[in-house]
Amino acid sequence: MRAYWAIVSARFRMLLQYRAAAAAGFGTQLFWGLVRIMILEAFYRSTTAKQPMSLEQAIDYIWLGQAMLMMLPAWLDIEVTAMIRSGTVVYELLRPLDLYSLWFSRAVAARTAPTVLRAVPMFIAAGLFFGLRAPASPASAAAWLLAVLGALLLTCAISTLLTISLLWTISGEGIFQLTNTCMWIFSGMLVPLPLFPDWAQGALNVLPFRGLMDIPARLYSGNLSPGVAGALFLHQVLWAAGLILIGRLLLARGARRLVVQGG
Amino acid sequence: MLSGVRLYLRYIGVSVRSQMQYPASFVMLTLGAFLITGIEFIGIWALLHRFGNLKGWALSEIALLYGMVQVAFSLSDATSRGFDTFAGMIKAGDFDRLLLRPRNAAHQLAGQELTLRRAGRFSQGLVILLWAASALHIAWSAATIGLVVASILGGACLFFGLIVLQATLAFWTTESLEIVNTVTYGGVETAQYPLTIYRPWFRKFFTGVIPLACVNYFPALAILGRPAPWGLPWVSPLVGVGFLAMALQIWKVGVRRYCSTGS
Repeated sequence: MRAYWAIVSARFRMLLQYRAAAAAGFGTQLFWGLVRIMILEAFYRSTTAKQPMSLEQAIDYIWLGQAMLMMLPAWLDIEVTAMIRSGTVVYELLRPLDLYSLWFSRAVAARTAPTVLRAVPMFIAAGLFFGLRAPASPASAAAWLLAVLGALLLTCAISTLLTISLLWTISGEGIFQLTNTCMWIFSGMLVPLPLFPDWAQGALNVLPFRGLMDIPARLYSGNLSPGVAGALFLHQVLWAAGLILIGRLLLARGARRLVVQGG
Repeated sequence: MLSGVRLYLRYIGVSVRSQMQYPASFVMLTLGAFLITGIEFIGIWALLHRFGNLKGWALSEIALLYGMVQVAFSLSDATSRGFDTFAGMIKAGDFDRLLLRPRNAAHQLAGQELTLRRAGRFSQGLVILLWAASALHIAWSAATIGLVVASILGGACLFFGLIVLQATLAFWTTESLEIVNTVTYGGVETAQYPLTIYRPWFRKFFTGVIPLACVNYFPALAILGRPAPWGLPWVSPLVGVGFLAMALQIWKVGVRRYCSTGS
């Protein structure tokens, strides 16, 4: 366990160095958040009907999405990808470590470090100037933190599964585009999930993707009461556990039939 | 002039043949781009389904804005690859080679690649545009169809001009300035909705500084038979052409002061 923790902390500190990329991303995300909010404001002004989520809650939702963007498993682990393409992945197999846990640890660092770099300035800027409110209550804040933990487990499980799929696809672009498309729609990044048609809500609630973004954001703003946080955390953890199990099975098969590329 | 066109066609021919060496990969990437760029419209649809209208605009009217800007951007995106990757060329010192050839440097960069997989975004935008055209109950005339085509071409020129400006900045910074992506991709996002929904400073920015409204929103007003504030929608697409011409002039200034990083 100590070895894996060392990997997480070393990778985390290394990834914290990419500050210029984070600064560039921050400007883009700020612009993006502002455009989205102006669009939503115009929609809310176009109707008098009661909506499943207030405008203030929707604004919180947009900023939390921008702040936590890097939590989404939308980026491949470039180093492992290169290893699988070049064949040096055999060195990974030689290490006296469990390969799944090793890759999962890398994913933990790869998702948390850039998130910290971007979330902190985003919370400050959006909170001071652009309408992001504090959590609805102390209980909501606690529920949000729990859900962020669940989201981390889920995102790392998906990330690692995608990395493992590279053992078969090598390039990975196709499967990656497909999951990214699903994730963008079903996590709430495209449109806050409560604003989708009512008939779609049942399916949206079952899918794993809302655990990445939608659940934490709605708990934060009080759109979902802190009382349901436990059940929602269970939803996140069960999906994560299932995806970890699938990942482990696939990795065991993949390692057995691994054909090393290159000479 | 004629030899210039012939040379450009030669360049493009080479680029097309090289991309067609991997036909399966081409088909998959194009299909992926079709889906990914298309999810944005799912978002628009979901919001209109929820709110009914956007300040009096219906889905089919917004689809016209959407289709025009998507097609315009895809045209520019497919042809501007040479300028898009220009900062890397400066860094490596490769631009010297272009300058040694007895041809205009901008001409050579424009001919560097016709990115075929942009057909994904192009066809996606075109499908939405054609749907809008049939859903809109407009008596289409040669004049209005001409205005749609002119807006698309003007828009493509505008986006191409932005990429040229981004490349030109590299003469001074040697870095690719990602911030320009904010106005290109962000501009596409912005132009999908009627200009009036945004705050005044934002409207002024996309009319006066980056004249995106001139190649999308104003012509659309005339096409939809809505009152146009200027009475000028018929000439405003020309602003896009003017923007490109201006960008190329600034580019020339950059070329003149170019100092190789070479080793």
